[in-house]
Amino acid sequence: MRVMAQMGMVMNLDKCIGCHTCSVTCKQAWTNRAGTEYVWFNNVETRPGLGYPRRHEDQEKWRGGWTVDGRGRLRLRAGGRLKKLLTIFSSPVQPEIKDYYEPWTYDYATLVDAPLGDDFPVARPKSLITGEDTKVTWSANWDDNLGGGPEHAPFDPIVERLRAESNEKIKFEFEQTFMFYLPRICEHCLNPSCMASCPSGAIYKRSEDGIVLVDQDRCRGWRQCITGCPYKKIYFNHKSGKAEKCTFCYPRIEVGLPTVCSETCVGRLRYLGLFLYDADAVTAAASVPEQELYEAQMDLLLDPNDPEVLREARAQGIPEDWLDAAQRSPVYALAKKYRVALPLHPEYRTMPMVWYVPPLSPVVDLLTEQGHDAESTATLFGAIEALRIPIEYLAELFTAGDTEVVDGVLRKLAAMRAYLRDITLGRDPDDSIPASVGMSGEELYEMYRLMAIAKYEERYVIPKAHVEQAHDLEEMGCSLDYDEGPGMYDSGPLGEASGRPAPVAVETFHALRQRQTSDEATTEESLRGRVNLLNWDGNGRPDGLFPKRRS
Amino acid sequence: MDVVLWGVLPYLAVVILVTGTIWRYRYDRFGWTTRSSQLYESRLLRIGSPLFHFGILIVIIGHIGGLVVPKSWTEALGVNEDLYHFNALFFGTIAGIATLAGLAILIYRRRTTGPVFMATTTNDKAMYVLLVGALVLGLWTTLVAVGAGHDAHDYRETVSPWFRSLFVLQPDVDAMAAAPIQFHLHVLVALLLFTVWPFTRLVHAFTAPLHYLFRPYIVYRSRDLPAGTGARAPRPGWSPVGTRDRTK
Repeated sequence: MRVMAQMGMVMNLDKCIGCHTCSVTCKQAWTNRAGTEYVWFNNVETRPGLGYPRRHEDQEKWRGGWTVDGRGRLRLRAGGRLKKLLTIFSSPVQPEIKDYYEPWTYDYATLVDAPLGDDFPVARPKSLITGEDTKVTWSANWDDNLGGGPEHAPFDPIVERLRAESNEKIKFEFEQTFMFYLPRICEHCLNPSCMASCPSGAIYKRSEDGIVLVDQDRCRGWRQCITGCPYKKIYFNHKSGKAEKCTFCYPRIEVGLPTVCSETCVGRLRYLGLFLYDADAVTAAASVPEQELYEAQMDLLLDPNDPEVLREARAQGIPEDWLDAAQRSPVYALAKKYRVALPLHPEYRTMPMVWYVPPLSPVVDLLTEQGHDAESTATLFGAIEALRIPIEYLAELFTAGDTEVVDGVLRKLAAMRAYLRDITLGRDPDDSIPASVGMSGEELYEMYRLMAIAKYEERYVIPKAHVEQAHDLEEMGCSLDYDEGPGMYDSGPLGEASGRPAPVAVETFHALRQRQTSDEATTEESLRGRVNLLNWDGNGRPDGLFPKRRS
Repeated sequence: MDVVLWGVLPYLAVVILVTGTIWRYRYDRFGWTTRSSQLYESRLLRIGSPLFHFGILIVIIGHIGGLVVPKSWTEALGVNEDLYHFNALFFGTIAGIATLAGLAILIYRRRTTGPVFMATTTNDKAMYVLLVGALVLGLWTTLVAVGAGHDAHDYRETVSPWFRSLFVLQPDVDAMAAAPIQFHLHVLVALLLFTVWPFTRLVHAFTAPLHYLFRPYIVYRSRDLPAGTGARAPRPGWSPVGTRDRTK
């Protein structure tokens, strides 16, 4: 047993209102640069729907993730090492920009500059890829809230599969009864197929916290990771020619802060914490038959209170405060203790580490609309049985089609509702309710505390990176501070964004402040000639020590 | 003049190639990429790129065979002049035309696809001129040899000995000077191409990911990076503040 720690996330889909705040703040923090206009490390999809990029779950086409071959061995679906090298000159199944969307901006200047006339000036959409006029025909969440449902939703790969399997005409009545939001980030998998696909070996998993990152200095732009990732959460920066992905906001996590998407989540639906897992068992767990994948993944997660696990963890050098955090981990509690959080598409065999509590609200909403008591166990349990289509859809997303697991989770959520109503109304709690889902009253109440009250300190249990390692974090080259960043002086002679990154330090501090407070756009010149105060001997007034006087 | 061209220039090119590559690797690892444009356009790329790359790989193997292996060795193996020549010209012509056709498709794509043309730098354009030049001249020498039949110039008695003599630091200038003009031009353009190589996107060839065949699929790396593998090595004047026990 080789115990390793993994930062994980759980999202409680019942609470997601689809406001896209997570996507927007993530984009502002990480991908508001040239080359990454179409890149959404975090995006929110409406389900049923096509997803982003369009139909990315159709692995027959995109060939992402792993499969098991005839002899039960794990294989990359897109092909082995030799095949990858032989097809390296043109990646066979890479999505093009049209599979995402053509990013655009508007020609806002005409609104101000247009000559006086009878007509109102119009800001035309301009493509950020070609710079030409463009027509806006698609975006990252074009089918938001089932917009264009009858036109797009039938092409949801999961809907297609359900139709083929059940062989019955699913009309789109289920859109009226059934819709939910699915926020997606990189899964920071235990068995990442992007990493396995990378010819350069530039993608790595941090051994301390399991965060999967792309080494920007080693990436050569072979693009195999984009094919490899079944979630299509690796993006190609078309300016720098390198792969980029969600970083789990590692600079924030290292100092104990939640990720930007979690921190800004309006619904407070995200949970962050540690898992302990057995790294030696990952490949075996990923190779089991499809229906056993969920259980195999659960078995990988080790009990942080088990003395043997703790002993092994200490032997591996995991610090005490991390073990303590693992014991208080909300993600472990939701995934394994209460078993209400499920992995997204376990059938891809990547062992994803971002988990989801499936939504009960579509069921509740329907019952309320029909005038039933949506908080009694009997009605809820009955409805869960009756609503086969939503359950099957959720099962295709979270359990490789096993409806029993989803059923169990929804029953727990229903039981929690019913049990807590009695308590809230001052009635005697009915202990048969928790018993019917195999829990005790206290357990159910604890689960309610974690899921409904969800205090900040309970949602985010993030151990800090260690002080003795802290000096390595100082002045670390941030792989993403290139274009438009404070150290970015336009294109270098060797192509877009070449040259060394400039650290965000004393030299750039004033430049940054000036940039943020001035009315004019910063010119390249104003960023040059800064004085490094740490090396300044205190004599004279070197050029650039003070900002230029405004005339 | 011959001494400058065939005795000095090759060494100059090699020095710039080697030092330039080392410098680029140290200074600009972030810019070291294929700069793929497949995201913009994939249909033509899927035909042109493999055609060009596989073609050029065969051409390179052919060059190594022709330049490095002495004539006496192949003759000792029983390969006579005619058979060797036929093979070299036959495969050389096919590979050369495939490479050139691939490159033509790629350049056509680059010019006609808006986003791809926008992403083309001056550096790229200059490099393309040299690359096309070297290829066309190379194919020309081959076609001249095909046309001449048995009377074709045997480069294995002029160019090849000169090439090998470069490595023992005693360049056989006279041998190379005796070769016809098309060989001279081809070699000169090629030398120029090698000289600018480290400063163009061609550097991606030096990091061809052959180690992929041997590395484990899952890569773990500690946050505690050994110096030098990250974005920058610690530099003088930036040693961390703190007491000795707190800083390693």
